[in-house]
Amino acid sequence: MEALVASAVGVMTAAGIFLILRRRTFPVILGLSLLTYAVNVFLFATGRLALNAPAVLNKYEDVPYTDPLPQALVLTAIVISFGMTAVIVMIALSAYLSSKDDHIDMSASDSVDAPGEDA
Amino acid sequence: MNHWIVAPIVLPAILAPFIIMVLRYHLDLQRIFSVAGVMALLGIALTITAQATTGEIQVYELGDWPAPFGIVLVLDRMSAMMVLLTALLALPIVLYAIGSGWDDRGKHFHALFHFQLMGVCGAFLTGDAFNLFVFFEVLLIASYGLMTHGGGAVRLKAGVQYVTYNLLGSTLFLFALGTIYSVTGTLNMADLAVRVAEIPPEDTALLRVGAVLLLLVFCIKAAVLPLHFWLPASYANAPLPVAALFAIMTKVGAYSILRVYTLAFGPDVAVTEGLVGAWLQPAALVTLAVGAIGILGSQHIARMAAFCAITSMGTLLIAISLFNEVAIAAALYYIFHSTLATALLFLVADMVMERRGGVIAPTAPMAQSGLISALFFVGAIAMAGMPPLSGFVGKLLVLDASRGAPDASAIWAVILIGSFVTIVGLARAGSLIFWKCHDAQVCPPTEPDEEVADTALFAPEPHPGLAFTSVFGVVLGLVLLTLFAGPALEYTSKTAEQLFTPDIYISAVLGREE
Repeated sequence: MEALVASAVGVMTAAGIFLILRRRTFPVILGLSLLTYAVNVFLFATGRLALNAPAVLNKYEDVPYTDPLPQALVLTAIVISFGMTAVIVMIALSAYLSSKDDHIDMSASDSVDAPGEDA
Repeated sequence: MNHWIVAPIVLPAILAPFIIMVLRYHLDLQRIFSVAGVMALLGIALTITAQATTGEIQVYELGDWPAPFGIVLVLDRMSAMMVLLTALLALPIVLYAIGSGWDDRGKHFHALFHFQLMGVCGAFLTGDAFNLFVFFEVLLIASYGLMTHGGGAVRLKAGVQYVTYNLLGSTLFLFALGTIYSVTGTLNMADLAVRVAEIPPEDTALLRVGAVLLLLVFCIKAAVLPLHFWLPASYANAPLPVAALFAIMTKVGAYSILRVYTLAFGPDVAVTEGLVGAWLQPAALVTLAVGAIGILGSQHIARMAAFCAITSMGTLLIAISLFNEVAIAAALYYIFHSTLATALLFLVADMVMERRGGVIAPTAPMAQSGLISALFFVGAIAMAGMPPLSGFVGKLLVLDASRGAPDASAIWAVILIGSFVTIVGLARAGSLIFWKCHDAQVCPPTEPDEEVADTALFAPEPHPGLAFTSVFGVVLGLVLLTLFAGPALEYTSKTAEQLFTPDIYISAVLGREE
């Protein structure tokens, strides 16, 4: 199981890094999503992997339990990354609609001519 | 418990949704509540700074959960100082945004502004590493909205880059926190300090990876070379009052470096001994050098101001990377100065852009050219570190603190030559923008028709009085910081002393469980 989780994190991170280096916004956003999936699984594994174990201590007998804190962290991270992905999709969409161009890089004229002014 | 500590977070957290939900269609009321909120924040900041001056470290347990299990807010001298700086910066900027009409060019400026303040204050006050991540996200989400405020194709494209870069930074932050948690089993900073010291040196490979990943994240926020690429395009294309507010955001990165690498991975912890300084110092030197070259090479006043922000981060991080008490005291003074100076330059740049566009080339003279050029001159003096303003005091302190360092000659050379190049770059920009335009040969007097068209294109602010007053407020802040350099330095020296005795912090946070 450890090998499976580790390779899943590795493959998702590699695919995410490959995608964020693309030139158009859509693959970049896909890459960011993959990276956030990878980091969520990674965070989940930081409390050590345990099968069929409750996330609470048992008061009466000494049974295995799984660390609940990473689960709380992952929950927070999922919510934040979901919201952030929605935000970047909206900003990228409005950038595409107003400039008719979905390249992630800015042309040289963009940054010199009139930053801040409506172009 | 002292409830003042949570007030800088709770106040904007309540005010911002109130502005969105209740005052949505009433710009005037939004302005009144926003300014009142910032003033109240300033009052709270002054109160908690006065409380922190006693030297006692106060802890606020959220939900009354004791320290390693619940999240704590910690008020010490450094966090109080940074909250005060945030409030002092926010007041002139919100006034300027009203005076220049920027808050009217898109929706929800004031609500986003207060969410941003909430994130910044939270990041300064929290004593938990994961909570630091959450507040980073709060301030970033607000900054995405502020950065694209007013819209426009170029700004939105710059916004996409900015959001992408910061999402990557957040992912890296989570990887770093996960790595650290998997080794230590805690994310409370004080508890982390205790656990890190207990780990035997042969088991610390993962921990060192986590510490360096965390440093990378903070360096992205602080725009340290080679992780600075997001800054010039985003700041130059953001609404410039917002860029002025973002001056505090790079300082959040610097603050986090100071906090984490004096407390959890402190200079005397065997695991990471010398690690941070060894990597940070060359990076900071290169940051300063590249920033100065950027100022000299900029074609646009907003980009030039953005590169000024990078040079000031370079100087600041040189001081931090020395990691001794004198240097940190100098760095804290310089944080205060450079935030105000960067904000001043961005506000002046906005005034110039509103009147004639921002290209650094001679154009027809603009309205109120004399007053604006005087303000630019003051900002340039402060930024370049020339007497009589606080930049000179700050740089002198940094130079003095680095005197005993092993590579003092390199530091001195980079700071002094960097300052010189900055002066040349700012002088070039100032003379091209403000002086050359009066040369009739360069700029023949324009036709009346054209002039009308120009005024329509670059409409000056609706309330110029308020805009100018707020910019003069920033200047006043710099003057006061120069006049009261003695007391300020005394405060920062005691702050540095407190940072270098982390035991007080640790026992204040963890002491209650007994």
